[in-house]
Amino acid sequence: MVADLSDPMVPSPFCLQKVRKETYDTFTLELEPANGADGFPFAAGQFNMLYAFGIGEAPLSISGDPAKPQTLVHTVRAVGAVTQAICRLKRGDVLGVRGPFGNHWPMEEAVGSDVVIVAGGIGLAPLRPALYYLLSNREKYGRIAVIYGARTLEDLLYKPELEQWRSQFDLDVDVTVDTAPASYRGNVGVVTTLIPRARFDPFHAVALVCGPEVMMRFTVRELESRGVDPENIFISLERNMRCGIGFCGHCQFGSAFICKDGPVFCYAEIQPFFAKREI
Amino acid sequence: MENLERMLTEHPFFEGLNKRCLQMLVECASNVRFDAGEVIFREGEEAGLFYLIRHGRVSVETFAPNRGPVIIQTLGEGDLLGWSWLIEPYRWRFEARAVELTRAIALDGTCLRGKCAEDHELGYELMKRIAYVIENRLQATRLQLLNVYDGIRS
Repeated sequence: MVADLSDPMVPSPFCLQKVRKETYDTFTLELEPANGADGFPFAAGQFNMLYAFGIGEAPLSISGDPAKPQTLVHTVRAVGAVTQAICRLKRGDVLGVRGPFGNHWPMEEAVGSDVVIVAGGIGLAPLRPALYYLLSNREKYGRIAVIYGARTLEDLLYKPELEQWRSQFDLDVDVTVDTAPASYRGNVGVVTTLIPRARFDPFHAVALVCGPEVMMRFTVRELESRGVDPENIFISLERNMRCGIGFCGHCQFGSAFICKDGPVFCYAEIQPFFAKREI
Repeated sequence: MENLERMLTEHPFFEGLNKRCLQMLVECASNVRFDAGEVIFREGEEAGLFYLIRHGRVSVETFAPNRGPVIIQTLGEGDLLGWSWLIEPYRWRFEARAVELTRAIALDGTCLRGKCAEDHELGYELMKRIAYVIENRLQATRLQLLNVYDGIRS
């Protein structure tokens, strides 16, 4: 039996199975349907609405492996009332889930190309499913470059996995932090400074970018200056998603709704709106 | 000399520079290497040279009270290290240390300043390229100051 998500406005109860502390304010939660049903399929880049009972809902990207839908994985940063309540939950607690919503990273379109993943801060969470997918289908893609930036070493997500990815020969992983003690042997500097050095063919590459919008703006500029076509740059946007199905209008972005037409957008299509302050 | 000219031509900083200018630069250049952990220059010392990194990685550091030495930036293959040789009083503002075995081309600042004063075409080319590097570092620093990673959902 698959978890009943037939009515997109009705949350299904999911039980918290495991919590892993990533940083001082960010946690990765593993959830399973409370009624013993199977999980639900999702595509890399989609999000769910997570409901902390009595507090409210928050849109959260799925950060787990699309090939393992029986466990729903979310990485949550405690920044508001809802996410703080979600992060306080303990093993066995129940929360409501609606979804999956939105479109996904263009994994099929990227077949045969190099793929460059650029993540800033917690932006690695929505990109992790894409990386799982790429690694599961490694033979279909060219070079894969992962470029990840965070504020400090303490703010890096998925440290054990990062180490594992860095040790793989079929993957280039470059991590940078904004500041570090002198004993650190890795990169220090903003994430955009790694793009000129990354190993990929800009004329045959698809770029997947997620992070704060300022970081994405500068990342896009850097990718373009290396020669990546705006048609091949995809970014994941965030607005105030509420209903998740394009009814309420809270997440309108130009002529699109981020919950329904996004959150993943081809940069060439949203270029006119992207730098507009009012949108 | 031929080897040095080839190395200068291959370095991204001098990409597209004409042969005449390159030959002038060769007279101020030398090949250097630093072992992992070796200090390349220290804050406050006279900035007589600058470096074009060919292989390896270099950290640019400063000392912050209550925090100890802090890395501000890491530079790697294809990057330029140091512009204090160009700006009075020609003193390094930060410390640079090789993170791993690093090979670089060192250029003598006094020699270069002299050549730039004599040959304005070379001077203009060098200024354009250094201004580009400074502009990129300024943008990166602004982004660092913005602390852009705060306050977003997953």
